[in-house]
Amino acid sequence: MSTSEYQIERDILIEAPVEVVWRTITEPDQITLWFADKVDLEIKPGARGYMGFGDQGGPVMVETVEPPTRFSFRWNHRAGEEPAPGNSVLVEFTLAGEGEHTRLRVVESGLDLLRRPDIDKQKYADEHTHGWGEFLDRLAGVLAERA
Amino acid sequence: METEPDDELWAAIADPSRRRVLDLLVQRGEASASWLAGQVPFTRQAVSKHLVVLEEAGLVGRRKQGREVLYRVDADRLDQASRAMADVAQRWDRRLATIKRLAEAAHAQAQRPT
Repeated sequence: MSTSEYQIERDILIEAPVEVVWRTITEPDQITLWFADKVDLEIKPGARGYMGFGDQGGPVMVETVEPPTRFSFRWNHRAGEEPAPGNSVLVEFTLAGEGEHTRLRVVESGLDLLRRPDIDKQKYADEHTHGWGEFLDRLAGVLAERA
Repeated sequence: METEPDDELWAAIADPSRRRVLDLLVQRGEASASWLAGQVPFTRQAVSKHLVVLEEAGLVGRRKQGREVLYRVDADRLDQASRAMADVAQRWDRRLATIKRLAEAAHAQAQRPT
């Protein structure tokens, strides 16, 4: 159900051309440097593969491959379940040239946020929330007042 | 006792109109369903439904005062949920920083005259 979907959006400016950033986010051996530990995936629309996080992992499906501007995939950590809307996380990258540089934007959306192998629950307590989203900002303020 | 955030909690907080109800409760401290219904563009029935979901997720508690039922936010539980969201955002910040480092290094290498 879309009513319980979450969506998180982040972006960064990279001092490299779009083509270089594209290779960094789409080549499986590069993906292992910033995302999953193990990536067994062909980068073409509809391709199915696997991503591993430590001793856990699950099936991945490539959705969009539009070099060098759009790349998206779905993954689901439950073994045996094919990633589809409603049971998986969608990760969408958009690359936009800004002069010689590249604005890389990522949108993660999906359900089941809190039962994922790449979430390090131990870290919750150590990391403080920092500003994204009006709701959480205000919330953090209220909670701090009460503490 | 260790309490972990769960799907129910997540679903409860991810819905925008439920967040609106939560927001109002956070600001007000304690409120009845009819007071809440007066503040939002949806019906009293919708507010009651949202309160049920929020209560089941442990985000909201209730007490009776005379003939009224008053609702209030469970701050610890809400804090847990907001941390989970912030954690996802932070992990992407770290990943994007790594991508930036990798791409800039690859670019610098390609620029180097041979």
